[in-house]
Amino acid sequence: MSMTQPAKRKSRWPVWARRGLMENIATVIIAIGFLMLFQPFALSLYTYSFITMLAGTAMFIIVSKFPE
Amino acid sequence: MLNRTADSVARATPEPLARKVRGISDKGLAWLFISPTILLLLAINIFPLFWAIYLSFTNYRANRPNEVVRNVGLANYKRILGDQDIWIAMQTTAHFVFWTILLQTLIGFTLAWLIDRKFRGHAFWTTIILVPMMLSPAVVGNFWRFLYEPQIGLFAYAISFVTGIPATQIGMLSNVSLAPWSIVIVDTWMWTPYVMLICLAGLRSIPEYIYEAAEVDRASNWRQFWSITLPMALPFIMLAVLFRGIENFKMFDMVNLLTGGGPGSTTEVASITLKRQAFESWRTGYSSAFAIILFVAVFGLANIYVKALNKVKQR
Repeated sequence: MSMTQPAKRKSRWPVWARRGLMENIATVIIAIGFLMLFQPFALSLYTYSFITMLAGTAMFIIVSKFPE
Repeated sequence: MLNRTADSVARATPEPLARKVRGISDKGLAWLFISPTILLLLAINIFPLFWAIYLSFTNYRANRPNEVVRNVGLANYKRILGDQDIWIAMQTTAHFVFWTILLQTLIGFTLAWLIDRKFRGHAFWTTIILVPMMLSPAVVGNFWRFLYEPQIGLFAYAISFVTGIPATQIGMLSNVSLAPWSIVIVDTWMWTPYVMLICLAGLRSIPEYIYEAAEVDRASNWRQFWSITLPMALPFIMLAVLFRGIENFKMFDMVNLLTGGGPGSTTEVASITLKRQAFESWRTGYSSAFAIILFVAVFGLANIYVKALNKVKQR
């Protein structure tokens, strides 16, 4: 009886686009947007906070469907 | 026994109905059962959300239903995201969220750690500590308004007793610098037990053999706390922080009951501003846009929460 493990099938999905990494990036974008919304330093950061959070949230929803 | 019951039910079913039911697949039957729930969810959750998104692009005012509704594009969003008053309301919200979470986490974890020692009567004290969490926010708000009363309030009397400042000068709800803290105190009093419960679950999940191994290695209590207790309870603390963060971000009832956003606008958090715009100024389209901005913020935070929860589950 052979003890060799069956070779794992290589996924064609690019490594940089794996779910874990992309989810982490999306989480960081959401967190940055969140901080921009509440910071007391610059009105311009507050102005762009919503679009940052929206982009992060949309990205999170999309990349959570990516393969691990 | 179960088969006999099923047989008797099948025999008792009228033939035309049985034929009809037999024609439906399992999947079809499952959809039939969950469709009322889905319809209800669509009617009370999904439809209002999409309606609010639609209204956020219009100049609609709920007190002028006969006025022509005009599409204003992104104007409402632009106005909100450039409004200094709303920016200040966001900072006030951040102030509340930061201090309530910090205090609740510190006190909650300390209480959980003490309760986990399993001293005599710990079950009784756990129940006593959990009482504030079980009360309605409306009751808590009114109850603390009386406690904060400078003339008759017990809180003002206690502070006066300790500091020597006359009780009539301790206007917790009317003083500009004290009013934000009065809300922080009440929220901390009410929700610390919740954080304690989550932390207690985390502490109870740590296997005893790890501490036994540490004892064998002659690790001090301090070392055990920093190297075992805190790292293993950290995901639970994080969950409590995120969950309270989401809740406190939407804080409305307590602020509305205690100060109503005053004195001036010192305690005007985002949800109070939203209520004023929607039901006092009747700018429905504008307030819908504001609600959508808050929704995206909470939804983003909820995504992080779910990610953290999955990490905890994997442990």
